[in-house]
Amino acid sequence: MAERTAVEARRITRIFGSGTAAVKALDDVSVEIRANEFFTLLGPSGCGKTTLLRMIAGFEFPDAGEILLDGADIAALPPYRRPVNTVFQNYALFPHLTVRQNIAFGLEMLGRARAKIDARVNEMLRLVRMEELGDRRCDQISGGQQQRVALARALAPEPRVLLLDEPLSALDYKLRKEMQVELKRMQHQTGITFVFVTHDQEEALTMSDRVAVMSRGKILQIGDAREIYEHPVNRFVADFIGESNFLSGTVAAVHDGRAEVRLDDGPVIMAEVPRGLTPTGRVSLVVRPEHGELAPPGGGGLAGTVETVIYSGTDTHHRVRLDGGGLFIVRSQNRRGVAGGRAEGERVAIRVPDGAAQILRD
Amino acid sequence: MAEFRARRGSNDNRRARPAPRRRTGFDVRAMPGAGTLAVATFFLLYIPMATLVVFAFNSGQSLSVWEGFSFRWFVSAWHNAAIQEVALRSLLIAVVAATCATIVATMAALATTRTAPYPGLTFKYAFINQPLMVPEIVTAVALLIVFSRLKVWTGYSGLGYLILAHTAFCIPFAYLPIRARLESMDLTLERAAADLYAPPLAAFRRVTLPLLKPGILAGFMLAFVISLDDVVITEFVKSGGQDTLPTYLLGQLRRGVSPDINAVATMFLALSAVVVTIYFLINRRRV
Repeated sequence: MAERTAVEARRITRIFGSGTAAVKALDDVSVEIRANEFFTLLGPSGCGKTTLLRMIAGFEFPDAGEILLDGADIAALPPYRRPVNTVFQNYALFPHLTVRQNIAFGLEMLGRARAKIDARVNEMLRLVRMEELGDRRCDQISGGQQQRVALARALAPEPRVLLLDEPLSALDYKLRKEMQVELKRMQHQTGITFVFVTHDQEEALTMSDRVAVMSRGKILQIGDAREIYEHPVNRFVADFIGESNFLSGTVAAVHDGRAEVRLDDGPVIMAEVPRGLTPTGRVSLVVRPEHGELAPPGGGGLAGTVETVIYSGTDTHHRVRLDGGGLFIVRSQNRRGVAGGRAEGERVAIRVPDGAAQILRD
Repeated sequence: MAEFRARRGSNDNRRARPAPRRRTGFDVRAMPGAGTLAVATFFLLYIPMATLVVFAFNSGQSLSVWEGFSFRWFVSAWHNAAIQEVALRSLLIAVVAATCATIVATMAALATTRTAPYPGLTFKYAFINQPLMVPEIVTAVALLIVFSRLKVWTGYSGLGYLILAHTAFCIPFAYLPIRARLESMDLTLERAAADLYAPPLAAFRRVTLPLLKPGILAGFMLAFVISLDDVVITEFVKSGGQDTLPTYLLGQLRRGVSPDINAVATMFLALSAVVVTIYFLINRRRV
């Protein structure tokens, strides 16, 4: 796949309010979104992800910076002149129109011929598997179906970029899982660039080609799911994506991209070093719960006492109170016929394998 | 699963049994005499009207002695040329004034809702709704003075003045339901239209206006009834020979009561009732 840039934000700043109440919704944000990729803006509410999405759509304008679509600056164009369509959080289907009329709306506004519109609407109904319900009014279909219509309506005019503003948040768990798969399928089938906004890290990791993690108007890290999860650049990203255990220690030596760190709780471990960082002195580290290993006490590792054991189907969570006072969560997969669980109150040692810990930038 | 079902079951039982009425806080219905007061109020509101309607069907001249059922007063009122004339004039003024008021009110409602709240907005609401607050007689006298000057200057003394006056005091009645409708409308719908390549005017025509239609209709109906009903301002503004139905009835009453008037008032009541019913039906239906 040619790595052409579909959307580029260049040094975007947007300030809401003024004077002392001014808030930087976006603070010098730059990002390149490649053509045909499923790109996700991930972050807690208020991080600026929706503001950035709206700027691409044209509902919001930057105070500084440029927005380029296929290389051309579109920052000054109104929404109806941008070849970009949006799936709104509440779907925003026109309640006075039928499903078909909703899907046809954009095509009619573009002045396409009637026959072409009808053919395209049929094609879209097939794509979202709603052929039977074309003549229903939009208040006569379920939430999941409305979601599909909203998608079909936004895809019908073949936009260069499809923007999705937390479109799955109103659906229940099962439907959400189904729609995640559906969205992926549609993105592959249409070859359109998807820009997806969510605060759900699991959703972001499962669906996206690349994710941008945002906080307080800044993009902290951009990468694919594995990079973001396994190599978070700082504490915020590590904390926001998945569960994390944070440790602190002192660097003893660095070689081959790994650092020998003496943990405050005693043991010495080999930790990953982020690219471009030469750690010295005191550092914080992150260890994912599934990377820690429970062992009998005495064999090295972090000594502690099991506080709670939570069985959750596929795996078991052990919350271990370390002798140093900190809390460490170990998640181990449940296998048939293997008695995995430890008892609450049991003394254990947690082993951190080489490379399981990662040094954080902060 | 069994436990889940059992819990559901007990829930259903609870729903089947009527919940004991728990009184929380002040309940006006518990006050002594509240029921009596309510009944008395309803009597006061509807007995006079019922009497009027009943005697419209009296076959005799009397307004107090029942002499038998008849449509004679309806027939005579219907064929009365004077009544025909004033009724048509009333309808004409009401239709034109309500239409103008609705157009102005729609624009005002759009201007006052499709904007972020700013200081002075409440002031504008008050300005638009002035006729609801200023005593009608004050407006009437003011209009009398201004219009009499205008009539002398321009030489024109047609129905225009009445239509203008009616339009003005009908605006808030049209404005309120339209604004209510606009405020409950989802703003993202207009965004969605813009997103789907609709320029502002097309978005308004294809999305905002159709969704606003029930509010506009309701506003028109209300304005229509208010105009049809007006006495005070009409009485002051009208030139000679420009009686509307209400001012005509008032004039007739000064000369002595005839059952004709009952019949006319009954038809008038029926018309208002129909319009108000349509208004409520429109408002109840949610798009």
